[in-house]
Amino acid sequence: MARRTSPVWAERDDSVPFVYFVLGQLGIGVLYLLSSLGRSGVFLGQTMGLLCMPPWKVRRILRQVQFIGARSLLVIALTGLFAGMVLGLQGYYTLTRFGSEAFLGPAVAISLITELGPVLSALMVTGRAGSAIAAEIGIMRITEQIDALEVMALHPIRYLVVPNIVAGVLTLPLLGALFSVIGIYGGYLVGVELLGVSSGTYFGSMADFVDITDVRNGFYKSLSFGVLITFLCCFKGYHTGYGAEGVSKATTEAVVSSSVAILVMDYLLNSVLL
Amino acid sequence: MQVRELRKRFGRQDVFKGVSLDIKRGEILAVVGRSGTGKSVFLKHLIGLIRPDSGQVLVEGQDIHEGRALGRVRERFGMLFQGGALFDSLTVEANIAFPLQEKTRMSAAQVRDVVAEMLKGVGLEGVEGKFPDELSGGMRKRVALARALALHPEIVLFDEPTTGLDPILVRSIHQLIADTQRRFHYTAVIVSHEIPQIFDIATRVAMLHNGVILEVDTAERFQRSSNPAVQQFITGCLEGPLTST
Repeated sequence: MARRTSPVWAERDDSVPFVYFVLGQLGIGVLYLLSSLGRSGVFLGQTMGLLCMPPWKVRRILRQVQFIGARSLLVIALTGLFAGMVLGLQGYYTLTRFGSEAFLGPAVAISLITELGPVLSALMVTGRAGSAIAAEIGIMRITEQIDALEVMALHPIRYLVVPNIVAGVLTLPLLGALFSVIGIYGGYLVGVELLGVSSGTYFGSMADFVDITDVRNGFYKSLSFGVLITFLCCFKGYHTGYGAEGVSKATTEAVVSSSVAILVMDYLLNSVLL
Repeated sequence: MQVRELRKRFGRQDVFKGVSLDIKRGEILAVVGRSGTGKSVFLKHLIGLIRPDSGQVLVEGQDIHEGRALGRVRERFGMLFQGGALFDSLTVEANIAFPLQEKTRMSAAQVRDVVAEMLKGVGLEGVEGKFPDELSGGMRKRVALARALALHPEIVLFDEPTTGLDPILVRSIHQLIADTQRRFHYTAVIVSHEIPQIFDIATRVAMLHNGVILEVDTAERFQRSSNPAVQQFITGCLEGPLTST
């Protein structure tokens, strides 16, 4: 497969007026952008088509669930714990100013369930698993392993992309929930054990103020991030440039674009769901 | 198999300016030419990994890019990639078994038997449990050949199967290709730099130069060609038409 990872800029010819030259370069840039958008659209269409069409590669899906989900548990637990502890500490001192430290429990829980749990767990998964997915697929591209699949009349997207997306959809909500639960416990450790808020107040007010809608919103976010991260990382890896430099560039782009996309998507979902 | 007026341009470079070539059933066709003339790109056009800007690749009269022909045509092809393209996360056994498991309804026992037979055929027994990274270059090529032949394809494409190997291994891989071709009766297209060793196994030789097929003839006649460019390529002279531009 021919790969183009940057526009082919024109060389300056002295006989062409400078304005025309600039307009020409602008045209090349716009055409490249349009072709990139088209390529990602086709890739998305193929992925969605194969997602709905059997045979599904169950063994590969399970392998990716283990890779994206199970292997991310430690990092999710650690970041969740410390995020909750920081929230507990910051929340306690802020709420004390207003004499509302009794609301520490719901403040920590709502922040984690609706916002920090889904977003931070997605960012962690991007750094840990997303980069690895992009690098693995990128290396398969440059070593012609993807071409080998095509030559066998097998669709590479079915083997490499669909299992990752399914695994992302299955694991991200669970990881987001785990992040929130451990974070709430982190907030408890700081608020109750360290700063003296009563345990009954911490959990009692949480039960009063945290609504099922908050849990649902957090779940929707995690679900969207699961699709977004795995799709972008697979796309970047699949369309990697040439050689080690190409893979390195694709991996960096995968992590950066996924991280930015998570935050943009978070804002969009907030504006719809809240 | 026929290639008709193939044209391809990458950026500002015209790789093919109208390549036409007939490939006969059951022959071993060697495609030779200087480095960078697009031999591997030509091979990838034959199997539809690259789409031409214009021109056709016909298999039994059917254009491979027409409708859904490509998927059907690929089922008849096998390809040995330059680096082997073995799946590095799978063992040798799983690599050879992969197309059998995906494309046939063979039982696990049957697949194991075919894998053992293919490995025996390429002279590599007892490496089933190894990973590609644990094998030498020559062994990797043999495993890749075993995988390419596992489904008994009608046409096998070889992309520089002997690059980076010592002269004895080069001869041994060539011998292996000739032996398996006689056994399975496939049509072989080999992109190679191995001059003159390739003449020992090739039925015909085609030389690609400046985006066109410069000469195509039987191996014997090709070596005696009066074309100075062909002679310069065979003898490796520094002076001549290939180096004057």
